[in-house]
Amino acid sequence: MTILRIPTPLRAYTGGKSEVTVGGATISDALADLTNQYPTIKPHLFNDGGELRPFVNLFVGEHNIKDLQGVNTPIKDGDRVMLIPSIAGGRIS
Amino acid sequence: MIEELSHEQILRYSRHLLMPEVGLHGQIKLKNSSALVIGTGGLGSPVALYLAAAGIGRIGLVDYDIVDSSNLQRQVIHGTSTVGKLKVESARDRLTDLNPDIQVDVYNEPYTSENALRIAKDYDIIIDGTDNFPTRYLTNDVSVFLGKPNIYGSIFRFDGQVSVFYAKEGPCYRCLFPEPPPPGLVPSCAEGGVLGVLPGTVGTLQATEAIKVLLGIGTPLIGKLLLYNALDMSFDFVQLKKNPNCRVCGPNADIKELIDYEEFCGVPGHHADDTSAGANWDITPQEMKDRITRDPGLLLLDVREPHELEISAIKGAKNIPLGEVAQRMSELDSAEEMIVFCKRGSRSARAIEILSSAGFKKMKNLKGGINAWAEQVDPSLPLY
Repeated sequence: MTILRIPTPLRAYTGGKSEVTVGGATISDALADLTNQYPTIKPHLFNDGGELRPFVNLFVGEHNIKDLQGVNTPIKDGDRVMLIPSIAGGRIS
Repeated sequence: MIEELSHEQILRYSRHLLMPEVGLHGQIKLKNSSALVIGTGGLGSPVALYLAAAGIGRIGLVDYDIVDSSNLQRQVIHGTSTVGKLKVESARDRLTDLNPDIQVDVYNEPYTSENALRIAKDYDIIIDGTDNFPTRYLTNDVSVFLGKPNIYGSIFRFDGQVSVFYAKEGPCYRCLFPEPPPPGLVPSCAEGGVLGVLPGTVGTLQATEAIKVLLGIGTPLIGKLLLYNALDMSFDFVQLKKNPNCRVCGPNADIKELIDYEEFCGVPGHHADDTSAGANWDITPQEMKDRITRDPGLLLLDVREPHELEISAIKGAKNIPLGEVAQRMSELDSAEEMIVFCKRGSRSARAIEILSSAGFKKMKNLKGGINAWAEQVDPSLPLY
């Protein structure tokens, strides 16, 4: 199992959880498990065509999956995967 | 340019001079250096204060806002006595009081594609203390085009990010974030707010990086992103690489000049009215009061978060937070008239877009939100 770290802006879709335990051998599997557990997070990660949105950054340990094998990057038990959000600042409505 | 320090300055900076990493030589370097701080808000406050205290010879401040009392929870460069004043002037006065040796240049204008290169070109480093995506992309692109380090900091509620984007030596902001999230996917509106001390922490880290870069000491956060969470008190680092497909700093970059950043981000960066769903939808607080008087059973839909209702509320309003409107619209009757409101009118405008695309027509958006209602109709409610 892999620990997936959820950033604050997306915790609204994981019931407030900062970490979600997911299964799978690749990032793709892990995200499928995540969106299965928390379906409302899906549009925030994937576009209508099912592709990861360009502003969504996933890191396995210290490394961006874009520098590895993208969503096919393998993960193993105990890996720490971080979702890194694009945040702009304090303007509020 | 070699300048000597006066006796007064030697005493002022003695804690720097005592360290070999800075020393007299480094202090003179700082005196001959310059930094442009974009924004004098939560991040810009600690950045500018520490740069001034450190003796950076010339500091530029860009902001077009005025000091509001709701800023003081985090924007510590300003004070109660400067509420209502221009932020750049309030900040300049504080900085020159802290250190009269330095020169503070103020730009009381929005930082835009028209003026950014002119403003930034004479500074050694640029510090991103902005609060919106268009200005962040602008700040990045200006830094890339001028070949200057961009000391980046960003905050959201309890989360902070810090990096040094310097395209000459590493990735730029766009390498990591090629494009911003579409406005509808930015949850910051519905879940805004920030722990006041958070920009203090993040801005102080930016100031640290700025001083290191100017002195040429230590290992700056080039090619690294620091992720800070105040609740967990966690600091994580990840490696950033130059993106070969980056549109501004990659080998095949196709963006060679500044663009329209508001269009690129799909959101307004400066003073644009995002609190209106369009004139046809808007209703003023006074008009809403008249409507309620005529029809006391009129549905009022409050799309704020539940905890905001504890701050102020309109009696009898139904609460569906913006994030739940799409899922819970079956609780609403499209045949029934309703007035939608939030704090300021922006979230309710978004709710109206969502409902409108689902076929709802009989809706009005309370212009200015519950704050305008409090100001114009019910002064017993607080502003927040």
